[in-house]
Amino acid sequence: MDFRLSKEQEDIKKAAREFAGGEFDPDVALELEKEGQYPFEILKRACELGFVGMHIPEEYGGQELGILDNALVVEEFCRQNSGIGMALALSVFGAEMILRFGSDDQREKYLPPIIKGESSSSLAYLEKDQGNDFTSFKTTATRNGNGYLINGNKSLVINGSLPGPIIVLCQLADNRRPGKQVALIVEKHANGLVISPMGGRVGMRMLPMADLTISALKAPHENLIGDEGQGQGQLVNFLNEMNIEAAAMATGIAQGAFDLGLTYAKQREQFGRKIGSFEAIRDRLADMDTQIEVARLLTYRAAWQFDNNDPNPKINYMAKIVSAESALEVARDSLHIFGGYGYVVDNLIEQFYRDASMVDIIGMPGEMDKSFIANQIIGNI
Amino acid sequence: MDFDLTDKQKMIRDMCRKFTREVIAPRAEEFERTGEHPYDIIEQMADLGIMGIPFPAKYGGGNGDWVGMHLCIEELSRGDILFGAILDVTTSVVGQELFVFGTEEQKQRWLVPIAQGKEIGAYGLTEPDAGSDAGATRTTALLEGEEWVINGTKQFITNTGLDNSSIVIITAKTQRESDGKEIICSIIVPEGTPGFQVGEKYEKLAMRAAATHELIFNNCRVPSHYLLGDIEKGFAQHLTVLETGRISVAAVATGLAQACFDEAISFTGRKLQVDKYLSTSQRIPFKLADIAMRIELSRTMYLKAAWLKDKGRKHRLEAQFAKLYCSETATEIAADVLKIFSPYGYLDEYPISRYFKQIKLFEIVEGTSEMQRLIIARELL
Repeated sequence: MDFRLSKEQEDIKKAAREFAGGEFDPDVALELEKEGQYPFEILKRACELGFVGMHIPEEYGGQELGILDNALVVEEFCRQNSGIGMALALSVFGAEMILRFGSDDQREKYLPPIIKGESSSSLAYLEKDQGNDFTSFKTTATRNGNGYLINGNKSLVINGSLPGPIIVLCQLADNRRPGKQVALIVEKHANGLVISPMGGRVGMRMLPMADLTISALKAPHENLIGDEGQGQGQLVNFLNEMNIEAAAMATGIAQGAFDLGLTYAKQREQFGRKIGSFEAIRDRLADMDTQIEVARLLTYRAAWQFDNNDPNPKINYMAKIVSAESALEVARDSLHIFGGYGYVVDNLIEQFYRDASMVDIIGMPGEMDKSFIANQIIGNI
Repeated sequence: MDFDLTDKQKMIRDMCRKFTREVIAPRAEEFERTGEHPYDIIEQMADLGIMGIPFPAKYGGGNGDWVGMHLCIEELSRGDILFGAILDVTTSVVGQELFVFGTEEQKQRWLVPIAQGKEIGAYGLTEPDAGSDAGATRTTALLEGEEWVINGTKQFITNTGLDNSSIVIITAKTQRESDGKEIICSIIVPEGTPGFQVGEKYEKLAMRAAATHELIFNNCRVPSHYLLGDIEKGFAQHLTVLETGRISVAAVATGLAQACFDEAISFTGRKLQVDKYLSTSQRIPFKLADIAMRIELSRTMYLKAAWLKDKGRKHRLEAQFAKLYCSETATEIAADVLKIFSPYGYLDEYPISRYFKQIKLFEIVEGTSEMQRLIIARELL
């Protein structure tokens, strides 16, 4: 056993922390959050320094580092500012679908601009009427000449209205049995694609999310990722991997929320004492820090297993669940330490609290992940 | 034992439920979005006699009791927590403070229009450095001839700056005439008094339609007979009526928890037939069972505290229990139901996102959870 990060990893974490500390200007961040603006400038600088897509091979513009290295950066970014951190981490959301399952041509075409921050990656898999199974779709792809015709609706598409490709998960129209699904890359300017930016939401307000209405959109065969029938497997595989990054986001948000509450507890005086000197507050801070450490351990373990050719979807899901719960509880506790001040919008803790709740929807939303773990543990009986 | 409501209490509850369903609920989203004060609805509430339920008719009230008042607060909060919060301040705290400690002249002048709902009252306890430590008031009131001269700042004061805001009852430091000892008194300050400035409205995480402002007193002068009650007991008087405020917060939180439950039922009920669903999945049904149980306990707790108050019995412990349990429970229920709605509940168009954002405040106002625990422990030890 060795729980230490390597020297390189310590350096990456430190560099990410310094970058976020220097570049995530609090006033700019508050403005972006209030206006719901995407942090283009900050993303560009992060890309120039190689902080985005660390786990992507060098030939596509990445650093060819591990998932753990990427997780360290994501954690530090989200720690500094939950909104900017999530936006930067998710600028490559779905790119792994192309990286892991796409053709060389697809990788060469799509990945470099995404890693450079010139475009963003999108993955459209959620549909409003999906019910509890979001690995089968009402959006259809019908074979048509040398390609497909896509029809349907998608919702909650992260980066949906930013420049860049969208990977659309579809059911093959001639076979509705589970498994007969395709992942198709769609260009934003394609005919038949209407992108409707989504309105307000609890958190992640800097991220442009959109609903898609797709009618008779032509996708050439070369835009098919992998083969027909692989869509669902690819998606599940991607979500498995994505859970590690979601866990890293949540760990960072929890840590950032904790930092804010800790700083305040050391400054704020009531009853003639710093409130951080009261046992009730001290115990609360101790509990919060414990929760964060648990989340971080599980997150790093999931990433480490992935990097050591022993990926374990169950551990990834556990990491996501524990981290997301920690983030929400720690943010709630930290806001609470601020009292009334915490509920006012120019206080960063207010944003952390809202953003913390949203980690839930990155990767597999809701409690579907729990079914997944149970399936892994119990199997068919 | 008798858990039955009286006919009058039932009548109030049913009337408020109907009013909420028909008038309040359809506009709750609008109030949170625009942040505008619901003057027209308050006017209708006044017409229904809701604003002064527990006060005698000769003071403009409804000759009712505090159980009826709190049934009303729960029902209104089920449609929009804003109305429960407004009633908590103007009726449970300010109206009662005037009723219990005011002179006949003060009652006629200020309680009557508050009880009739023509005017809205506020109280000013919290200051930048006097939050949980509410006794650390820095605002001063010095008697000069026949006038109080008030200087200081109050913050997070709700029900202020409205067209029909009447008074704010503030706590202020003054000196005992006999020996110059520092004491805290309560003074009635009408809005519009020269030297009394209502500052900018706070931008909050939610509850945006609650009129919450900073209040600045700069050589503000009011006549000496605007002193409320005993000059030496301003703080103690206020804590007495705040016990009722805590029952009100408990009823507010219960109403919101009930609204979360209503949403969850209509959401899951639409999708699923119960018998069939229960055989395949228990996760959400069991969660709903827990939520329903906790709401029932919440309701029982605030009703018991209100009942004790109506009987003229000591209810400090019960009021703290109710406030603490109901606010923390409702916050957890909102987060639980948000998850049931995942991933869509996070969008503004789903009421649950609003509930989630709103309820956190109620773990803070009328005394943070820490202060509740402190008072409970003091009573017990």
